[in-house]
Amino acid sequence: MSSPDADGRPLERVRVDEESRWFWEACRRHELILQRCAACETVRFHPRALCPSCLSAEVAWLRASGRGEIYTFTVTHQNQSPAWRARLPYVLAWIQLDEGPLVLSNVVGAAPEALRIGAAVEVVFDEAADGLAVPRFRLCEAK
Amino acid sequence: MSAREAVLVGAFEHPRRWAPDKTSFQLAAEAARGALADAGLTPRDVDGYATSGVGPIGILSMCHQLDLRPNWLDSTSIGGSSFVAHVGSAAAAIAAGLCETVLITYAATAASDRFAVGTGGNDAGDPPDAFYAPYGPTIVGAYGMVAQRHMHEFGTTPEQLAEIAVTMRRHAGLNPHARYREAITVEDVLASRMVSSPLHLLDCCVISDGAGALVLTTRERARDLPKKPVRILGSAVAVRHGGHGPRDLLDIAACQSGPSALARAGLTPAEVDLCMIYDSFTITVLATLEALGFCGRGEGGAFVEHGRIGLGGALPVNPDGGGLSSNHPGMRGIFLVIEAIRQLRGECGARQVEGAKIALCHGTGGWLGITHSGATLLLAGEN
Repeated sequence: MSSPDADGRPLERVRVDEESRWFWEACRRHELILQRCAACETVRFHPRALCPSCLSAEVAWLRASGRGEIYTFTVTHQNQSPAWRARLPYVLAWIQLDEGPLVLSNVVGAAPEALRIGAAVEVVFDEAADGLAVPRFRLCEAK
Repeated sequence: MSAREAVLVGAFEHPRRWAPDKTSFQLAAEAARGALADAGLTPRDVDGYATSGVGPIGILSMCHQLDLRPNWLDSTSIGGSSFVAHVGSAAAAIAAGLCETVLITYAATAASDRFAVGTGGNDAGDPPDAFYAPYGPTIVGAYGMVAQRHMHEFGTTPEQLAEIAVTMRRHAGLNPHARYREAITVEDVLASRMVSSPLHLLDCCVISDGAGALVLTTRERARDLPKKPVRILGSAVAVRHGGHGPRDLLDIAACQSGPSALARAGLTPAEVDLCMIYDSFTITVLATLEALGFCGRGEGGAFVEHGRIGLGGALPVNPDGGGLSSNHPGMRGIFLVIEAIRQLRGECGARQVEGAKIALCHGTGGWLGITHSGATLLLAGEN
């Protein structure tokens, strides 16, 4: 296991492969990026080498705003994995990014009772193993 | 209709729900023995075999265990719906002349292995999983997020979901082999601990050991067999996943496989007498009934109230007690088909759906709110 975080928990170890390396490298810089097919312009998430719409390998990276809203969520009270048991209860959520894709993530830093579908959220980056970072989301401050 | 029509001639659900004294292979063999006896056939008649839940090439080990040398194999693994899909594929294989008599088996010992099926991660190591694993998804959570969205869009209530669990338990009370048989109330469901909101413990299927088997053969061969065959009127499969990004979580696989299977059968939902719906969680039943067209999108909450899906109601669902109360060793699909066959034969005693002629089975495999499959099957009894 890697060194623990400030709460003494082991850091998340993300799985980086040839198709996803640029995404995780951007997270290290605290940037959330999406891919846009250079041939058919379809924006895609998760990152992958070939566009699933036209199978073109020509790709442009697009920096996302990091903003979106909660599409749905669940407060998890049971997880048999010891690493996750230490974090119970935690919030698993689908986030609708402003750019279109739905991404699975966590909403952090808010009491579960404060969460509502449709609430505005913004990305935050949690330190992960190997100097990488994991994008999660927090509620935007009320205007 | 094809020249060689395949029919279901054997079905057996192992009576045990707790079997620490048996291996899963033994349970599968006992289920095969039961289904072949039910069909009036022997292992030597089997020239096609399907199974799932046995490891990547575990079907070969199962062939070894049963000393089968089939001409046709199917180990399609799309989660708990796999066995519903196997029936459709086996029927097509028989119709095409690839084999004559197909055995399908399933067995697992989740309960005696102390395996809490729904509360683990599911990181298979595939590239898409790397974008889920850092967030701690569980199976219950994946379904819970569908329930939360349904409540948000349509005002569906926890009480309406609980009604489904209460109905399944009432049915289980009529099934001597069901894992849990004591009646529960809506209040009991709502008072049970939250596993992943909005799903409480009693919104979740049981964890059991179990096994089942099915036998299909040609309609011609079935004429010499002891029991009336069950006809396969239509089948279809579908998948749903994150695609390239945008998504509607309530557009589930059943929205595609249901209408396809019904169209192939030439039927409408109104002609179905009985449904066997994979009830991994209460929300699975509600979302599936809508997707199959038994009610409109968003109307599932009202549809399941007032006993409509109970025995004696307009559309009995899971008269065996379902996965919520009777049997769920991890992949329930085969039990949907077994109970449907027994209902269509009129063999179900106290839980018999009177006059049942057409049954619909729908299996959901995988994680409803993340990546999942659906398999729909329309069956008819022989008059």
